[in-house]
Amino acid sequence: MKKLLVPALLSALIVGCSTTPLPDDANGAPVESRAGGNSGVAPVVAGGVDANGLPRELTDPKSVLSKRSIYFELDSYEVKGEYKDLVAAHAKYLSANRGFKVLVQGNTDERGSREYNLSLGQKRADAVKRSLTLLGVKDDQIESVSLGEEKPKNPGHDDAAWAENRRADILYRAADGRGEF
Amino acid sequence: MSSITRRIFLALALSTAALAQAQLSIEITGAGANRIPVAIADFPGDSVAARIITGTVRSDLERSGLFKLIDHGNTAVDENTAVNLADWKAKGADAFVGGSVSRSLDGRLEARFRLYDAQKAVSLGGAAYVTSNEQLRAAGHRIADYIYEKLTGEKGVFSTRIAYVVKARGQFLLQIADADGQGAATALTSTEPIISPAWSPDGSKLAYVSFEKKKPVIYVHSLASGQRHIVANFKGSNSAPAWSPDGRKLAVVLSKDGNSQIYAVNADGSGVQRITQSAGIDTEPRYSADGGTIFFTSDRGGSPQIYQVGANGGDARRVSFEGSYNVSPRPSPDGKSIAYITRREGRFQLAIMDLASRQVQVLTDSQKDESPSFAPNSRMILIATEVGGRGILSAVSSDGRIKQRLTVSAGDVREPAWGPFFK
Repeated sequence: MKKLLVPALLSALIVGCSTTPLPDDANGAPVESRAGGNSGVAPVVAGGVDANGLPRELTDPKSVLSKRSIYFELDSYEVKGEYKDLVAAHAKYLSANRGFKVLVQGNTDERGSREYNLSLGQKRADAVKRSLTLLGVKDDQIESVSLGEEKPKNPGHDDAAWAENRRADILYRAADGRGEF
Repeated sequence: MSSITRRIFLALALSTAALAQAQLSIEITGAGANRIPVAIADFPGDSVAARIITGTVRSDLERSGLFKLIDHGNTAVDENTAVNLADWKAKGADAFVGGSVSRSLDGRLEARFRLYDAQKAVSLGGAAYVTSNEQLRAAGHRIADYIYEKLTGEKGVFSTRIAYVVKARGQFLLQIADADGQGAATALTSTEPIISPAWSPDGSKLAYVSFEKKKPVIYVHSLASGQRHIVANFKGSNSAPAWSPDGRKLAVVLSKDGNSQIYAVNADGSGVQRITQSAGIDTEPRYSADGGTIFFTSDRGGSPQIYQVGANGGDARRVSFEGSYNVSPRPSPDGKSIAYITRREGRFQLAIMDLASRQVQVLTDSQKDESPSFAPNSRMILIATEVGGRGILSAVSSDGRIKQRLTVSAGDVREPAWGPFFK
C-alpha cells in the first residue's frame, strides 16, 4: 500500500481540536492523524516452523511411535484405555532419549467459545502429559499446549468430524533442535 | 420491528486484488422504530470529492438504523446559503445539512458544512475539516459523527475502526477496516491461526493470540509501524489478552501453573501477577470500564458461567445463572451492561444483561454467535456468526432492533474487535 507522509505531517502541525464551529475557525482541523499509509497499518508476515530431521522410528508408519493422536469422548479429558500402549511407547522412547522433547497439542471440536475451547484443549493436553510423566518422562521434556478449535483435522460440521477433532497430538523435537515444533 | 432489505454495496476498487477479495460489504437487515428524517444536500465545489463526502455521510447515517434519508433534490447547497427550512420541514425532514468542498492553495481540501434543525428553523452548528483526496471518506465519517451526536445526544462511531480475522485460501489475515467495512488493510498474514484481537485503549496497538509457534502466544502489535513483541510465551498456553482501561496492563490467561488461570502483566510482558486461583478453567477476562473489576468465564461451578473478581484478585462473584453455558463476557463501555454468548437449546446466541437489574435479553436467533465486541458508544455490538456455513460479522444494537451483516466475498471472517473512539 502506498505510503503517504502528508497525514503524519499534518498531525504534527495541527493537533487535536477536531470539530470547530463555523465561522470562527476558517482553517479547520485535519480529519486524519494516523501515521503511515492511507490506512495507517503496516503489513507483517508471520514466520513458521520447519518440520523434519527426526529419526525414522518416529515417522515410519510401521512404527507405533508414528501414531501420535489420542482421541477423547465429548466433554471428556480422560486418556482412554485403548491408548495405553501408544502412550507407553512414547514414554519409553522419551525416557531412553532424554534429549528429545515433545509438544502435546490439545484440540476440541468447533462448538462454543474459541477461548473457552482453548482452555478445554489444554485439559486434554495436560491429561496426556500426566500419563507420560507417570511413566517416567521428565517434566522438562514435555510441554502441553492447546490449539482449541483452531486446527481441526476434519473440517466438517457433524458428529464424525467433531469426534476426530477432540484430540491431542504429540509433536517431537530432537536434541539438535530439528523437528516438528 | 421494521426491516430494511436494501443491500448497500460499498465496495470501492482497491489497489490490489488480494485486498479486494477480502473487502467487507454491509447489508442492513433491521432498523430502529423511530428514525430521524434527514436531508443531506449535495455540496457545491469539487464535484468528485464532494460526492464521495456526501455519499459517505448519507450511507453512514442510514446504516446506523437511526436515520431516514429524505430526498435531497438536485440543488447543491453550501454552508452559507440561506436555506428555506420551512420547505425542508414540509418535505418531512427534521434536519438539513448543506456544505462545500474547496481546495486550498497548498492542494489540501477543506470540507465545511452546517447542520440545521428544520422543525425549529435554527442552525445547530457546523465545522470545517481539512482533508486530502485519500481521506475524503474519513472527512465524511467525521461529518456523520457530528450530525449523529447533535441529533441523538450520543457520540457517533463512524470514524472508528474494527479489527477481525479473515481465513481464506489456507491463510489467516488480521485486518483493520473502517467501521463501515471500507478501507481494509492487512496488519498480519500467517499460515497459522490468529485469534482474540484486542485494541489498546488509544487505538494504536492490537494484542492478539498467534499460533505461529505451534502454540498460543500473546503478541502486542503496533499498527502504524508493524512492530510487534511477545507479551506472554510461558510454558503451556497463553491466550485471551484484554487491556486495562489505562492501557498499562493486560489481563491474560496462562496455563503455566496448571489449569488456565487469569493473570495480569504489564504491556511489555513484565510483572506477571496471578489474579484468579481456582481448580477449574478461568478464561476470557475483560476489565470493567472503570478498571476496578474483571469479568471472566469459569467452570468452577460445574458449567461455564460468567464471574466477576477484583482487578487485583480476591473472591469471585457469579454473575450469570440462567442456562448451562454462558461465556465471553464483554462489559459495555458505559458500565451498564455485559454482552455475552449463551447456549439455548444447542444454539449459541448473543445476550445482554443489565447489571443493575440483572435482566437478560437474548438479542439474536442465530445458531453460532461468537466473540461479542461493543462499539465505544455502547449502542452496537459486533459479533461473529455463521450464515450458510460461512463465517460473517454481524452488528446488533444493544436493544436488538438494528441489525447489519458484514461479509467478505471470499473466505470466513471471524474474531471481530471494535476499536476505541478516534482521537
